[in-house]
Amino acid sequence: MPPEGARDGAPSGGAPGSAAPAGGVDALADAVLQGDKRAVARALNLVEDRRPSARDDVAALLERLAASDTDGGHRVGMTGPPGVGKSSLCAALGRTLREAGRSVGVVAIDPSSVRSGGSLLGDRARMSFDPGDEGFFVRSLATGGQAGGLSYAANSAARVLGAAFDVVLIETTGVGQSETDVMHLADTVALVIQPGSGDALQFLKAGIMEIPDVLIVNKADQVALARRAVSDLRGALRAAKSAGLVDAGAAWEVPIVPTSAETGRGLDSLAHQLALHHAYLLAAPGGVRARRLRGDVEWTLSLFAHTYGAHGVSTLGGRANLRLEVRQSLEAGETALRLVDTLGQRYLDALRTA
Amino acid sequence: MRRERDRPWIMRTYAGHSTAQASNALYRSNLSRGQTGLSVAFDLPTQTGYDGDDPLARGEVGKVGVPVAHLGDMRALFEGIPLDKMNTSMTINATAAWLLSLYVALAEERGVDPRVLRGTTQNDIIKEYLSRGTYAFPPAASMRLTTDLITYTVAQVPKWNPINVCSYHLQEAGATPAQELAYALVTAIGVLDAVKATGRVKDEDFATVVGRISFFVNAGIRFVEEMCKLRAFVELWDRITRERYGVTDPKLRRFRYGVQVNSLGLTEQQPENNIIRIVLEMLAVTLSKDARARAVQLPAWNEALGLPRPWDQQWSLRAQQILAFESDLLEHEDLFNGSPVVEARTRELIEEAWAEVEDVLEHGGAIEAVESGYIKQKLVESNAARIARIEAGEQIVVGVNKYEKGAPCPLTENLDDAILTVDPAVAEAQKKALDAWRSARDEGAVREALDRLREVARTSDSLMDASIAAAHAGVTTGEWAGALRDVFGEYRAPTGVAGATLHSPSSGAAAETVAELRERVAALAERMGRRPKLLVGKPGLDGHSNGAEQIAIKARDVGFDVVYEGIRVTPEHIVASALEEGAHLVGLSILSGSHLELVPSVVEQMRAAGLGDVPIIVGGIIPDADAAKLRSLGVARVYTPKDFALNAIMSDLVSLVSDTHAA
Ligand code: B12
Ligand SMILES: Nc1nc2c(ncn2[C@@H]2O[C@H](COP(=O)(O)OP(=O)(O)OP(=O)(O)O)[C@@H](O)[C@H]2O)c(=O)[nH]1
Ligand SMILES: [Mg+2]
Repeated sequence: MPPEGARDGAPSGGAPGSAAPAGGVDALADAVLQGDKRAVARALNLVEDRRPSARDDVAALLERLAASDTDGGHRVGMTGPPGVGKSSLCAALGRTLREAGRSVGVVAIDPSSVRSGGSLLGDRARMSFDPGDEGFFVRSLATGGQAGGLSYAANSAARVLGAAFDVVLIETTGVGQSETDVMHLADTVALVIQPGSGDALQFLKAGIMEIPDVLIVNKADQVALARRAVSDLRGALRAAKSAGLVDAGAAWEVPIVPTSAETGRGLDSLAHQLALHHAYLLAAPGGVRARRLRGDVEWTLSLFAHTYGAHGVSTLGGRANLRLEVRQSLEAGETALRLVDTLGQRYLDALRTA
Repeated sequence: MRRERDRPWIMRTYAGHSTAQASNALYRSNLSRGQTGLSVAFDLPTQTGYDGDDPLARGEVGKVGVPVAHLGDMRALFEGIPLDKMNTSMTINATAAWLLSLYVALAEERGVDPRVLRGTTQNDIIKEYLSRGTYAFPPAASMRLTTDLITYTVAQVPKWNPINVCSYHLQEAGATPAQELAYALVTAIGVLDAVKATGRVKDEDFATVVGRISFFVNAGIRFVEEMCKLRAFVELWDRITRERYGVTDPKLRRFRYGVQVNSLGLTEQQPENNIIRIVLEMLAVTLSKDARARAVQLPAWNEALGLPRPWDQQWSLRAQQILAFESDLLEHEDLFNGSPVVEARTRELIEEAWAEVEDVLEHGGAIEAVESGYIKQKLVESNAARIARIEAGEQIVVGVNKYEKGAPCPLTENLDDAILTVDPAVAEAQKKALDAWRSARDEGAVREALDRLREVARTSDSLMDASIAAAHAGVTTGEWAGALRDVFGEYRAPTGVAGATLHSPSSGAAAETVAELRERVAALAERMGRRPKLLVGKPGLDGHSNGAEQIAIKARDVGFDVVYEGIRVTPEHIVASALEEGAHLVGLSILSGSHLELVPSVVEQMRAAGLGDVPIIVGGIIPDADAAKLRSLGVARVYTPKDFALNAIMSDLVSLVSDTHAA
């Protein structure tokens, strides 16, 4: 028996089980832009929906959001090894930003079980929040099939949250592909490490890890250890620079920020550094959009590859050619989802004529 | 030839409810019936540091224990009971330093020298994070309060047992015997190391501190093995006190312990069988003279139904009295010394436990293993394995998965009357009493006492003196804890579920059921466009997490996306999470008896948030009549302990989501 809400049709738009937003995509998008939590939740349900029937609505929603929103929020990727305090930090940073009058959306990604496809989305448990606060919102997403990477919906979800809130924090699983994926999604990538663990350091030195925009040493309530970690990181950055792994002439100096999600230490300074990096991006030629374009190209490619496989990619001329084409189309104002559909159509046509 | 009988153990009944006055009457009547000590059960607000009029105390005031909010309540609780003659055991942890302060203040007021007070404060915070759930502050700050209490009593109340290191609650959260041994011992080591680190105890006095440590253990139905576990405890504690702390006096190395026997295995089905389980479990801790308990308290036959009535508790007390006074048990030396069977099993347990002790110590010790979630995850896994064995029929539970059919039980003919119910008016009365208390005291003195408390909290000095002063000044439990929360902050313990692996069977009927469930969930996900998402919520102060944890990991195992935020969240929080997460289903787990207050609140707020179409299900200790009430309010399903087959619950949940969201 369908319960009341569903029967009179009121909240069915993106209600847990349904795709088509009642009142239409435009109304939903407008409510999202107002920062209406219920609308945001429904929009997220919609972008998570993988049914072909939802596709058009998702594309329309994202298009409308992109068209009406000025900057799409500041997207910050929070990445780093398991257990360093990413979730705790998202909550603590969230509080700091809220106090400064900024609204905050969080996308927290956790891995799905390979055996069952299910997941235990544990980040939320670490994010204490005020349930009455209209300006703080957390959605947990499971990686689904994509081993190690971001969730299918993460990219769209970040867009929805970005349209509704000032800052979007994207917490990755901290392993495998997710690090690279988040580089393509976030405007600012913050790598979180904890004192006394050498991994990140080794990776930075060896150039295995791309250099993030901000380095965070969390759990800096362990004062002495944290001090060591900061100076070690400083050394590693210098080494990376002299090894040519970082553009020595770049205007952005990667800051190293010690924080404690427990005591609140360093959070103001973290918020400040993130804002500085955002300002730096805005001031750069092409602004944030230039940086996002690169990410969107990769996102489009991976969506296409995910749906149509390697054969799809090679049929349309191979990865390099396809990337070039995608970039041009996106530059011309096409959106990722529509483009994937267009390309998909071309692939299917090619199959038919072959 | 008959030797003189040994002195029997202390027989306690864990009791307290409604108000200080009502509990006082109960204690006096228990004492008059031959009970030889008091064991105080506090309500959850008192245990977690809130006053009865705090929003977080909703539905919990006077429910599972007595509310003690200030010196006035303490006076009423011990009215007519001579403190200098009483042995008082208090099940109190996060706020132990405070409740002891009230007790000491009361003694001072009555002109009783605190030095003569006898009793126990449980004061073991580690197992609160791991199982029991009534923590208030982060682990390091809590450990500091623990040590403050210990160093205070060792110097000022020398007959007091300042801490009862608990393995009891670990078994109730699923621990195997070796895990129970290991994690209790690393806790004791963590505490003793912390006491040492305060520098307040002179080296030559340290052995005395070691000698004051006592334990609170469990005994399950495998009572032979459990007896071996107790013998293992004795030996390992001797080893630790000797080798790690250099205690030379054997008397100070003795493993002193009290017991509450297992409750986790007591069943809702054929509840009359429980009394037999209880008696067998009691044997584990009494048969072996060399490893005999000093104090025993037993649960009641109706454990899985709700709170015991005085008669139910009396029945269990009689079991103890019959064993101690009718049987010949106390006439003999240890029955098992030299038994190769007992010896071998004891050895195995010692080895297994010791390996785990060393492992935890190597990884930073008890606090670290709490914060990282390591131990919690182990417990969740063990409990899952236990439940799976019962579900698969590998572990027999009479009346549950074998011999289920039988003649109806006359004890439960009228089920609604077979438990104790607490009048909800108690909460209102407590609120009024708090108002009266606050308006009668000297606010200036209160403010001063609280400022002083905060000030000391910021140093590393003991908080006891400031707490006792606060007790005299009329400070309330909520104010005391609130002041410390200002300084220490709050904490949410790891849930242990995210990393917990469920070893589901790879073949057989159960495996087929799981495979089938996964297929159904996958098909549902396809129809709905995304995976079904279950939010498991634990509203209120209730710390019983076993059920929620097992539902959460089982749901993941059949393919749900699951959000579980741990214990002690508000209805408001649950509704916000349901909305933000786009949950298809909200499952509430409540065992403390506050379901009639909390569930309707969630139902209403879900509707107000436009989530009226998201089904709500409830699990826990829910009497039938209450279940009917909840269903009439719109709750879709109610589950209780008798629904032990998790696969059947999962099948239900899949259908529910399917019918609601994908019909
Ligand atoms: C184990 C236990 C404990 C453990 C808890 C460990 C833990 N981390 O969970 C410990 C020892 C810590 C403990 C402590 C206390 N306990 Co206790 N405890 C029990 C006991 C024995 C078993 C509960 C249990 O874990 N069962 C196993 C799990 C798997 O079953 P379950 O939770 O019932 O879940 C099943 C169903 O109910 C259902 N379900 C449950 N939740 C959900 C959720 C969803 C979404 C779904 C679909 C299904 C579902 O599915 C599950 C599958 O079978 C019960 C009595 C009993 N035998 O039931 C008393 C009991 C619940 N405890 C009780 C009390 C009073 C306490 C204390 C408050 C005592 C005190 N005064 O200090 C303390 C404090 C706890 C706190 N902070 O709240 C009372 C509650 C009285 C009441 N309701 O009126 C009980 C009923 C005992 C009694 N008769 O007095 N306890
Ligand atoms: N001392 C201290 N502990 C912290 C701090 N931040 C987080 N923690 C603790 O570190 C543990 C892990 O924190 P999380 O926030 O879950 O870390 P995470 O990086 O999100 O973990 P995953 O999502 O599992 O990878 C928890 O026990 C936190 O309480 C901090 O600043 N100081
Ligand atoms: Mg996290």
